[in-house]
Amino acid sequence: MSNFFEKSDLSRKEAEGIISDTLRKCDDGELYLENSKSESILLDDNKIKNSSYNSDLGFGFRAISDEVVAYSHSNEISKNSLKKSSENLKSTLKSVKGTYNHKIPKSNKKYYDNINPIEQKSLNEKIKILNDVNDYLRSKDDKVKQVTANFLGEQKSVEIIRSGGETLSDVRPLVRFNVSVMVEKDGRKETGVYGVGGRQSYDSYLKDENWKSVCDEALRIASVNLESKPAPAGEMKVVLGPGWPAILIHEAVGHGLEGDFNRKKTSAFHNLMGQKVASEGVTIIDDGTIGKRRGSLTIDDEGTPTEKTVLIENGILKNFMQDRLNARLMKTRSTGSGRRENYRHIVLPRMRNTMMLSGKQTQEEMIKAVDKGIFAVSFGGGQVDITSGKFVFNCTEAYEIVNGKIGSPIKGATLIGDGPSILKEVSMVGNDMMMDPGIGTCGKAGQGVPVGVAQPSILINRMTVGGTKL
Amino acid sequence: MVKEQEFLEKKASYCLSLAKKLGATGTSVVVKNSVSETVNFRNKKLDESNRSDDLGISITTYIGKKKSSISSSNLLTDNLNVLIEKCVETTKNTPEDEFNSLPDRDLLAKEVKDLDLYDDTHIENDQKINYLKKLEDAASHDKKIVNTESSFTQNKSNFVLANTEGFSDGYKTSSFTASSVTVAKDEKSMERDYEYSNKCFLKDLDDADKLGKLAADQTIRKLSPQKIGSEKIAIIFDKRIAKGILSTFASAISSSAVSRGTSFLKDKVNQKIFSDKINVFDKPDMLKALGSRNFDSEGVKTDTLKLVDQGILKNYLIDTYNGKKLNLKSNGRCGGTSNLYFENGDINFKDLLNSNSKSLYITETIGHGTNIVTGDYSVGATGFLVENGEFKYPINEITIAGNFKDMFQNITLANDLEFKYATNSPTMLIEGMVVAGK
Repeated sequence: MSNFFEKSDLSRKEAEGIISDTLRKCDDGELYLENSKSESILLDDNKIKNSSYNSDLGFGFRAISDEVVAYSHSNEISKNSLKKSSENLKSTLKSVKGTYNHKIPKSNKKYYDNINPIEQKSLNEKIKILNDVNDYLRSKDDKVKQVTANFLGEQKSVEIIRSGGETLSDVRPLVRFNVSVMVEKDGRKETGVYGVGGRQSYDSYLKDENWKSVCDEALRIASVNLESKPAPAGEMKVVLGPGWPAILIHEAVGHGLEGDFNRKKTSAFHNLMGQKVASEGVTIIDDGTIGKRRGSLTIDDEGTPTEKTVLIENGILKNFMQDRLNARLMKTRSTGSGRRENYRHIVLPRMRNTMMLSGKQTQEEMIKAVDKGIFAVSFGGGQVDITSGKFVFNCTEAYEIVNGKIGSPIKGATLIGDGPSILKEVSMVGNDMMMDPGIGTCGKAGQGVPVGVAQPSILINRMTVGGTKL
Repeated sequence: MVKEQEFLEKKASYCLSLAKKLGATGTSVVVKNSVSETVNFRNKKLDESNRSDDLGISITTYIGKKKSSISSSNLLTDNLNVLIEKCVETTKNTPEDEFNSLPDRDLLAKEVKDLDLYDDTHIENDQKINYLKKLEDAASHDKKIVNTESSFTQNKSNFVLANTEGFSDGYKTSSFTASSVTVAKDEKSMERDYEYSNKCFLKDLDDADKLGKLAADQTIRKLSPQKIGSEKIAIIFDKRIAKGILSTFASAISSSAVSRGTSFLKDKVNQKIFSDKINVFDKPDMLKALGSRNFDSEGVKTDTLKLVDQGILKNYLIDTYNGKKLNLKSNGRCGGTSNLYFENGDINFKDLLNSNSKSLYITETIGHGTNIVTGDYSVGATGFLVENGEFKYPINEITIAGNFKDMFQNITLANDLEFKYATNSPTMLIEGMVVAGK
């Protein structure tokens, strides 16, 4: 736990006084304090290219009256700085008459351990693994022309002080290990990327030479792409593999179910609550409570304990994801989805681990049901236009399906679809739900937060594949 | 207010001397402060105010050919002492890399010109609110507009870059940004679009009325889009998308991508990569321009570069480390390009629209479908069908795809270049791309 006031001329008691005074009659608000330590060690082009360490400390002070949010942040935790922020907030919220002050629910559950992953493994051990990764991949296959591997580790301590002195805190570990391989054959170059991570120590993922399986997977994807041919263009059936391809759900549906877009009525889903938005058998949840997962949180960044929120149940839209502000304005409760990248940013309702639950069919049945289409196994980034509902993502590993059989790998295909209608096109839901390996970062309004996704294999009846082969 | 030079210099020189005392043979340090004040409006009402005061330091220490770095937002001496000690310790334990070094002394910037990048004007929140009221009134002139969001930001920054090769310099910059995002709705569809203005000087900012009206018009014209069939078609990129294609070119000629062998433009210097008439410049010394700078992020002087001459690639963008690796001198492009632009083509916008009987005019792309290793490009797109020079109807839920190696050879540029961003392009026509739709 960080003691934020230890080296400051500001005592906790004085801070509480300023907070209570500033937030008097406001509808909501808090002082959010954050101390994060992070490291990045990168091997690239046969060398340790970068070893860096970052320590970041600061506060964000927020006051809310009705719909108006006033926010001020600074790196200096001092009497002067907090008073300046307080004045800034007061000058924005000229006349406050708020009444809301819903208590934050309490929970004793914790979803990860209080550890600092950076300290749990020495620099020399990390450098050794990175060098071993490089040697292993280059000796395994002489098509390997470039290897990049890195460790990213973080420990973030947060403390939330509310009006009246109520204090909530959390210490969040997060690690990620990534390998990228470029292979070359007959002048053609392709890359493959794979990674693992979550809220525990590096060793939980890498012990007993587990890193080799990460390397193998990156190399496998790169090698598949070397044999790939141009992707087809046009509308066709698409089978998505289990696990990481659930970023389709994240982009196509998840963002549109965040509270802010629905309160503002700018989401294509805003008037569909209680209605059928997906095929029968489709159930989607957003869960912050899965132990040690990348998207899990003990409490969100407003102090609300996270939960398992049912978004779509058997095809029917049940809930949006809410932070306190949007929940209050929409007359519902926070789902523990209030998140921010760090103290520099305001809270927004965000996803945690977004999952489509298993159905009954097998992947084999889905492939068999397709005459002409594609089988998408892995994706790079995706993006959505919330308002029009259109979303895209890029396949990093995909195959054509011809007459019920998996054919050649295809390269560089982009899939584009329509969020509100895509889930109605789901005609089979697999029995093989899988979590992603722990690598997702979601971007919204310039803020990146770690998230997870999961899904079984699914068959989508109709999507546009953006290839070059007509 | 933003911290003065003297404060930043004092912190920087403290770090340089402490690192030296602890055993570093070379050190570079950047200390910066940035103060921003933003006001957001939504549907003609105040929605959010945001003040941010960011202080940051980053230090890189060298011991011979070993290197490590740290960064922090906590500039208290106690903390700096701990971090610099950690940095030097980590450096000792990091393997050598023969190409690691501070920039060559003779390449460091000596004369620092005043590029007029700082406007001392302070705009109070009440003035911002007045601007946004005017903007949102203009943005909601049409009943089809159902939601307006707008924002006004003032940013003032200052920095000092110092290293043990004797370089120490920095300067203040300012920026004023106003933006308008509107949502329009009809029976069939809901669409969003935007417009913004970003300038170093407040007085140069676009008029609030103009900005709001433009955002609304651009949104309304997207309503009731159609999907088209899959075909090979000429594509015209609006300036706001065309600049992204120029940015991709810049990533592909960065010395890091080239030295790692992960760029489709590796080994292409002095070869023809664009069509004949294409010229590309990177000009760092334009007055009041968003990308202007006196030196790069290592302190190396930056001269204007003609990157592409009559379609022929002339230079990579080179920093010290990758320069040494490629046996080339840094040309002051650590941290990327400055004011990067395509020179004007020789036909006007109207003639460009008319150059094919049927083409697609693209105003927005989504997705991350750019691969600089292979040059493959495939993104989701929104725009308009153009027939015989006329905008016919809006189009969405399509993708456009090609490979930059071919696309670059098939570019025709209009003569409507403006300096609105740091990277700028005239309207761009590319023949022979594939659209995937129905």
